[in-house]
Amino acid sequence: MLSKSQAKIFFLGGTVVTFAIFLALSWTSLSHEVPKRTHEENLSQQVIKGKVLWEKNNCMGCHTIMGEGAYYAPELTKVYDRRGEGFINAVLTSKIPWQPRGRQMVAYGFSKEDAANLTAFFKWIGETDLNGFPAKPDLKK
Amino acid sequence: MKYKSQRVAYWFFALSMLLLSLQIIYGFIMGFAHMGYDGLHSIIPFNTARAVHTNLLVVWLLSGFMGAAYYIIPEESENELVSVKLAYIQLISLAAVGVTAIVGYHFNYWEGRKFLEIPRPLDWLVVLNVLTFLGIILATLYKGKKRTTTALVLTMGLVFAALLYLPGMIWFDNQTMDSFFRWWVVHLWVEGVWELIMGGILAFLLIKITGVDREVIEKWLYVIVGLTFISGILGTGHHYYYIGVGKIWLIVGGIFSALEPLAFLAMALFAVAMYRKGEKKHPNKMALNWTLGTSIVSFVGAGLLGLAHTLPQVNMYTHGTLVTAMHGHLAFWGAYGMIVFSIISYTMPNLTGRKFFDSTTGQLAFWLSNIGMLGMTTAFGVAGVAQVYLERKVGIEFGEVQTEIQVHFLILVLCATMFTSGIALFIYEFIKYGRPTEEALAPSPMKANVISPVI
Ligand code: HEM
Ligand code: HEM
Ligand SMILES: [Fe+2]
Repeated sequence: MLSKSQAKIFFLGGTVVTFAIFLALSWTSLSHEVPKRTHEENLSQQVIKGKVLWEKNNCMGCHTIMGEGAYYAPELTKVYDRRGEGFINAVLTSKIPWQPRGRQMVAYGFSKEDAANLTAFFKWIGETDLNGFPAKPDLKK
Repeated sequence: MKYKSQRVAYWFFALSMLLLSLQIIYGFIMGFAHMGYDGLHSIIPFNTARAVHTNLLVVWLLSGFMGAAYYIIPEESENELVSVKLAYIQLISLAAVGVTAIVGYHFNYWEGRKFLEIPRPLDWLVVLNVLTFLGIILATLYKGKKRTTTALVLTMGLVFAALLYLPGMIWFDNQTMDSFFRWWVVHLWVEGVWELIMGGILAFLLIKITGVDREVIEKWLYVIVGLTFISGILGTGHHYYYIGVGKIWLIVGGIFSALEPLAFLAMALFAVAMYRKGEKKHPNKMALNWTLGTSIVSFVGAGLLGLAHTLPQVNMYTHGTLVTAMHGHLAFWGAYGMIVFSIISYTMPNLTGRKFFDSTTGQLAFWLSNIGMLGMTTAFGVAGVAQVYLERKVGIEFGEVQTEIQVHFLILVLCATMFTSGIALFIYEFIKYGRPTEEALAPSPMKANVISPVI
């Protein structure tokens, strides 16, 4: 029967081994894959400012991006493709709450410049390679 | 209780219950908003309600864990806490940082990173607070007579939880990198080190309640936390499928996260087996209910409902939908909410000297909250599956689908009302127990049982 010290070795050994593998995999992902998949060369000042605005206003508190966030408002990873620049700008600069089907968004009334930064952020994120997410609706007629 | 300083735990539990009540209020705000009634939008928009709801959750759980540690560590190490005064200061500063953060969320003072909304300047105060807490715990353990496996596993969980908070504080320009390290906090907490905390508390409770030999219980504790880390660390990969990192995570994350339920299954089998093996003489039936309850509900909520969407083929469609919210609720409640309720139920009679071991109110609190939460999980699940099918498979537009599934949020709110009445009864009992008393200081826990009218 398993003894307490064997159980302890199972715990400590298992932890050390899996953690080492985890660190190695993380390292290769971050150093080799992420720069290519996310097109780091396109990470302009404008995109970065867009990300700051994204965080400062907690957009993730209603929307998801790359599938992460809240479930109250639409997924935005591909919003640039789906809606285009004009539509996004209109929503972001609007001074009255945007409310499709009655569900309200906060009326941020962003300046033209801020709206452009956020749009740049959406454009950049729309181009990252996400292993096929979001999937194409395969039952769509 | 055996040590005077253990009474500090009471105040952490009280803070915990207070913050839980507030969390629930914000839950209702979101439930109604999903139903189409967002009347509070101009004062508390959805993103504010959400940040408050999830952050209060984390803080009430942490407060519960800290209370548990302040109770368990003296008893296990056979030593008073090194400084009770410092522990109270730590309590007050925890409450202060928590409240500041929550108030800030109402004024756009936050960082929109799911679960890590606390702005970085406040993060440093959190770090300071946690260091104080760990200082007290580690010093007490160091000076104590004994260092039991239970105490070590609990402490290790707390120390690692603190360390893992740090990667979440680094700034990245790249959203993918940001998300990558955010999971080191969020995932490695709930599917890693917090399970050590849960396991430690569970082992302590089983030793006390079932009377089974400590060596046996602690041996299985090692096996459980071993399974946790072996599956959970590489299981982080289930959050790396679709965020812009490589394909290797589809395989590694898929395989190892599918093994994660084993740790929860082991916990459930362990608790039930120890209960069967034990003497069944301990009078505190409420503590027993919650202890067995947490081990079983966590297996369902975290283990089974986690498994339901953890394979990449499934997650491709369910990722970031209400299916996730279904799992999130039952997992957090079953594993961490209920373990806090277990330790509170066990310690209250010992802290206050009053023995409401098996009251009707207590039983009702247990069943109403659990059945209510199962109902909420079902409502989220039905809404989620409908959403996945209509939006992700059929390709109907987001907003249209949301209107279609509004009715499930009526059911959610009804079940949440049932859940809330259970919580209200639990808190009512908590208040009825009153404050910790000197008389409760028993030379041995057995003495307290002898004079109990229950036996
Ligand atoms: C007590 C333990 C657990 C808790 C508290 C918990 C909680 C959560 C929460 C809150 C989320 C949403 C995170 C976010 O999007 O930011 C989540 C996501 C997820 N959990 Fe868990 N979980 C636990 C255990 C597990 C286990 C054991 C599994 C797998 C078997 C699992 C599988 C998943 C998956 C696949 C997701 C991603 C969902 C998505 O793509 O949107 N979880 N969990
Ligand atoms: C009783 C009343 C409650 C109600 C009505 C409620 C409702 C909600 C709603 C509507 C959301 C937001 C989903 C979205 O983004 O659209 C949410 C999120 C969340 N709630 Fe609750 N909740 C309640 C209690 C609880 C409790 C007791 C817990 C934990 C034990 C909890 C844990 C969570 C978590 C972890 C999330 C984030 C889920 C995710 O991102 O996947 N909630 N809740
Ligand atoms: Fe996870």
